[in-house]
Amino acid sequence: MLPELIRSLFQKPATVRYPVERVPAPEGLRGKPVCDYSMCIGCRMCSRDCPAAAIEMVDTGERTPRPVFHYDRCAFCGQCADTCPKKAISLTSDYELSAFSKDDLVSLERRRGESAAG
Amino acid sequence: MSDMEIPVGPQHPALKEPESFRFELEGEIVKSVDIRLGYVHRGIERACQDRTWVQAVYLIERICGICSHSHTTCFCQAVEDIAGLEVPRRARYIRSLIGEMERIHSHLLWLGLAGHEVGFDTLFMYAWRDREVILDALEAISGNRVNYGMNTIGGVRRDLTDRDVEELRSAIRILEERVGYYTDVALEESTFRNRLEGVGKITKQQAIDLGTVGPTARAAGVNVDLRRDDPYAAYDEIPFNVVTAEAGDLLAAAEVRLGEIRESIGIMKYILDNLPDGPIAVKAPRRIPPGEACSRYEAPRGEDIHYVRSSGGDKPERVKVRAPTLANINAVAESMKGVRVADIPIIIAGIDPCFSCTDRMVRLEDRISGRVEVLRWQDLSRRYRR
Repeated sequence: MLPELIRSLFQKPATVRYPVERVPAPEGLRGKPVCDYSMCIGCRMCSRDCPAAAIEMVDTGERTPRPVFHYDRCAFCGQCADTCPKKAISLTSDYELSAFSKDDLVSLERRRGESAAG
Repeated sequence: MSDMEIPVGPQHPALKEPESFRFELEGEIVKSVDIRLGYVHRGIERACQDRTWVQAVYLIERICGICSHSHTTCFCQAVEDIAGLEVPRRARYIRSLIGEMERIHSHLLWLGLAGHEVGFDTLFMYAWRDREVILDALEAISGNRVNYGMNTIGGVRRDLTDRDVEELRSAIRILEERVGYYTDVALEESTFRNRLEGVGKITKQQAIDLGTVGPTARAAGVNVDLRRDDPYAAYDEIPFNVVTAEAGDLLAAAEVRLGEIRESIGIMKYILDNLPDGPIAVKAPRRIPPGEACSRYEAPRGEDIHYVRSSGGDKPERVKVRAPTLANINAVAESMKGVRVADIPIIIAGIDPCFSCTDRMVRLEDRISGRVEVLRWQDLSRRYRR
């Protein structure tokens, strides 16, 4: 054990000084889910399958409702992306999602007076 | 000397999970221990009944942060059994691969914790630093460090790319060297040895009588391993050895776990060399036909059992989970007898407990008088054990 300990004395720490230094997120990281509304057909499948009830279907003025993500509820499992028949939903590698208010953790600005999901 | 009772827990007796232990002491020596489960009962089994089959997989995954893949594989196997789905060969190999990676990170976690509990924090830091290697590999493959979300009913959700295979091979090279080093440290370093040798000992007969599973049983010389005895996933095609030890103490437990990491590395290499081509999942129906199934899985901590029943709907009718810690907790109570107070934390940590997976309650209702009684685990065994 001793040689290992002495060697470690002269090594850089194993941790990094976040947020000054960052470890790049791997490509396939299941981070913040986003929906491409131009591809969405409003079938509600993502909202039905979401295990955390984090997807609310909201009327955005188009013919069918569009999904709105509540990132405070999201479990980042990616089932919505798997379920989506048009592959409109994808998971980005953005993981820094902390916010001061839950209202900031909604993917679309909600109009006043509208109820929250689940 | 008069008897004295000391409580350990419910605030984090050894690991960062609540559980209450009441020790009856005579001086410095433990006479008996009363284990009280039930501080983190989350009602997951019941919650599964309110979720669709697809959603239930993600809830099941969150039973345990460390053996998340074990629980989902076990659950998916049961559901696939009911629905009669044939999982593709490549999917079975990937399930085994992730399962072995999970075993490695779980055992390294245990090694670090064991070091921490005996005051050998250097080992704790080193083991956890190198655990990052396997966690990074898991993150690259699955997209998350602990809740991998690899399993779905009918197969796996993500395929292994050529780059993943290359990265895994280099991770294996680092791990092999480090695990070899830790084996030397654990088995030769006198500070570690002296602290673990002869502590928390159970005999082979006790291990069988108390129904222990996994590394706890194997450390006492019981040669059981579901991967060999009741092969699931791809284990019927993969050669590996079951690691056992004879002593039944915590040093033997460390020996078994380190040996298992080496075996797991071997299994990973075999899988990477022999990964079959083909699809990774078959499409599962949204409604599972009526039926019931029981599925077993060798989790890092031992045998995990899931019972699933379907009534033909889009939600499970009943899900029952027996996590390995529940089988091992009686062995803790037994091996505590006659030890010193200072050894309590390491003996609790010795079975690699997972309390929130274990928690359950028993409610008895007298149909005639309508009297309702809630029983603790201890009461139940006191009442019904012969």
